[in-house]
Amino acid sequence: MFDILKRNFKGGVHPKENKKYTESKPIEEIPLPEEVIIPLQQHIGKPSKIIVNKGDKVNAGDPVSEAGGFVSVPCHASISGTVKAIQPHIHPLGGEVNSVIIESDGEDKYSEKIEFNPDYMNLPAEEMKNMIYEAGIAGMGGATFPTHVKLSPPPEKKIDTAILNGSECEPYLTSDHRLMLEKTEEIIEGFRIIMKILGVNRGIVGIENNKPDAIKKMEDVSSKFPEIGVVSLDVKYPQGAEKQLIYALTRRKVPPGKLPMEVGCLVQNVGTAKAVYDAVAFKRPLIDRVVTVAGDITHQKNLNVRIGTPLKNLTDYCGGFVNSPKKIIIGGPMMGIAQHSLNAPVIKGTSGIIILRSEQIGFGKTTPCLNCGKCVEICPMNLTPNIIASLVENGRIEDAGEYNALDCIECGCCSYICPARINLVQNIKFAKFKIMQEAKK
Amino acid sequence: MEEQITTKEILSVSSAPHIRAKDTTQKIMFAVVISLMPALLGSVYFFGVRALWLTLISIITAVITEWTILKLRKVETTLSNGSAIVTGILLAFNLPGGVPWWMPVAGSFFAISIGKQAFGGLGFNPMNPALLGRAFLLASWPVHMTTDWTAPIYGTKSGISAITTATPLAVLKEAIDNLSVEDKAQQALQTIAELKGSYGNLFLGNVGGCIGETSVLLLLIGAIYLLYKGYINYRIPLSYIATVAIFTYIFGGPNGNFSGDPLFHILSGGLIVGAFFMATDMVTSPSTSKGQWIFGLGCGIFTVIIRRVGGYPEGVSYSILLMNLTTPLLDRYLKVKPFGS
Ligand code: SF4
Ligand code: SF4
Repeated sequence: MFDILKRNFKGGVHPKENKKYTESKPIEEIPLPEEVIIPLQQHIGKPSKIIVNKGDKVNAGDPVSEAGGFVSVPCHASISGTVKAIQPHIHPLGGEVNSVIIESDGEDKYSEKIEFNPDYMNLPAEEMKNMIYEAGIAGMGGATFPTHVKLSPPPEKKIDTAILNGSECEPYLTSDHRLMLEKTEEIIEGFRIIMKILGVNRGIVGIENNKPDAIKKMEDVSSKFPEIGVVSLDVKYPQGAEKQLIYALTRRKVPPGKLPMEVGCLVQNVGTAKAVYDAVAFKRPLIDRVVTVAGDITHQKNLNVRIGTPLKNLTDYCGGFVNSPKKIIIGGPMMGIAQHSLNAPVIKGTSGIIILRSEQIGFGKTTPCLNCGKCVEICPMNLTPNIIASLVENGRIEDAGEYNALDCIECGCCSYICPARINLVQNIKFAKFKIMQEAKK
Repeated sequence: MEEQITTKEILSVSSAPHIRAKDTTQKIMFAVVISLMPALLGSVYFFGVRALWLTLISIITAVITEWTILKLRKVETTLSNGSAIVTGILLAFNLPGGVPWWMPVAGSFFAISIGKQAFGGLGFNPMNPALLGRAFLLASWPVHMTTDWTAPIYGTKSGISAITTATPLAVLKEAIDNLSVEDKAQQALQTIAELKGSYGNLFLGNVGGCIGETSVLLLLIGAIYLLYKGYINYRIPLSYIATVAIFTYIFGGPNGNFSGDPLFHILSGGLIVGAFFMATDMVTSPSTSKGQWIFGLGCGIFTVIIRRVGGYPEGVSYSILLMNLTTPLLDRYLKVKPFGS
């Protein structure tokens, strides 16, 4: 029934995929770090509140903080050991964030409450949701919105379709791809739990067609469940952006400024589904995740990493740098964040570490806008990035709002395509920030 | 853990996206230069090596002018973006083959200095510099610009054997005007009928006209290359040419409405070079698709009006210049709706 649908959206770009280096690399377990840094904020929303003290002994899976509000999640110790310090520490998303630093005792003891419950699918929905909350799950595709909140739409918004996002459209990244191949059952079970919580009986898995093995495996495993369909999507960035994905799979258009529930949809990432399964079937909190390490590094790999592991442990495990690195990015190259230190830890939303050489980071000089219209043509939100950016440059933030700057999903396609090498999305983000600030006043 | 593993000095922390598409301003400009080469070769074939010299003079003047002004403005040289070369070629393409050598010098100098640099250089010029240069030449030396035609190597200036002095559009215009003159009407009808037989010459470029505008075939080869590369898109050329076709069919004929010859109008004059290479100039045409459709439509309407009732037989360059002025308005006021609304 899904075949009649087109698998695409308007606009978008085709950056070089660069996935071939890691897509066939099975997930490896990296040795336990000597210490982990657990930032109290790894999600969108309020920071979590600390509940341990310096010197406390903790086991892997024990909470070290509790939610700081409804839109917030607890964080957990990802190794067993002693709380060595609670102090601000470099955060991969920028700046410093109060963090719990745990020194390993080398024993890797797990919290006692982690235990398999064979009857997990029959738990009441509310209890499942609570378990997801207690496991500290936040969207693992990178957005890190608290999952239990996303799974609690207001009752007047009827959700009829759950969507599992396996598109992984960012270049280089293959962590979701490997997860779909190696943890297929867990992901599908997690998706079924999500569908049960939402009370929906239509689930669509969207995967870009550059991952035929993952499509096949996910189809095989989900074939027992007629309510779940797997759809192969065209390869195009940003296919994994919520509104674009929903449109490609259902032809529904989420109105500007609205959430997917407006059109009865809810999107979860495959990594999140796996974490949901762990939480509900095992009471296992989110303490590790798969990270792709790719680019200019001796061995490009997919690693399963404890949350809080310093980035340096990952790059060392991959054999270190080939050349002196010029740019280290957390996330994908289109939306990721450049790091200035390898001391920053892996957090819940860290899907990859990309290392770029010097010749990969220069794009040529910025020249004045040619009005070529390429940015307009490819903007997946159908905005006019050239006009918004030039208004911002002239300080006309309010007018930029008139041109719908707030609808920008910050995908970066406009900057990517611009032949004049203008960093449009940076200007537009600035406008969004200013407009939001103004609105708060 | 305290030790700093990497320092801010060596790692770039510029913001996303961290990769870029290959196309740059420079690449696009050089692709445009390449796309104009078939037509240039064709002009040398049809009009002799003089066409090449005029083009080279025009390019050299454009480049020297640009370089000098950038030096005077103390702007870091943006010469390497190649846009001056494009302007130089397009200006030469708009000249009759027999003009004296100083005309491309004057035209190119005007195009670059007044048409482009006076506004702040590439990206800030409101109108197509090459067309502005041509308009300047036409206003200053109208006789040279309207009579210095050279006949193509194997044919006549008009494309038909009966008339040898004027270009096809001028012949048609005169013939249509003569229809209402009693003793010339018979002859005029015959001329119009004969022009229908010249499609082949028009398509190949075996007629009189500006250096670079005559060969539809060779221009299309270049245009297809640019379309394939994605450096121009089809909207402006399509709406421009379709508008000309439809309106000349309706209003451009010898026997009242709905008797025009759209194919003749498409193939003759500067429509093809204008629609694909000048109306599509990025800087001076709209960036939104709606704007581009309307821009082409406007160019088409003005072209037909000028060809039909204007003082000149050809109206492509003035039409594009006029529509250039609407570009900022079309961009700003034709708001596009965001996805989902
Ligand atoms: S892509 Fe760049 S040069 Fe082209 S219109 Fe957009 S901002 Fe201007
Ligand atoms: S304006 Fe925003 S949504 Fe549009 S391409 Fe740029 S970053 Fe993406």
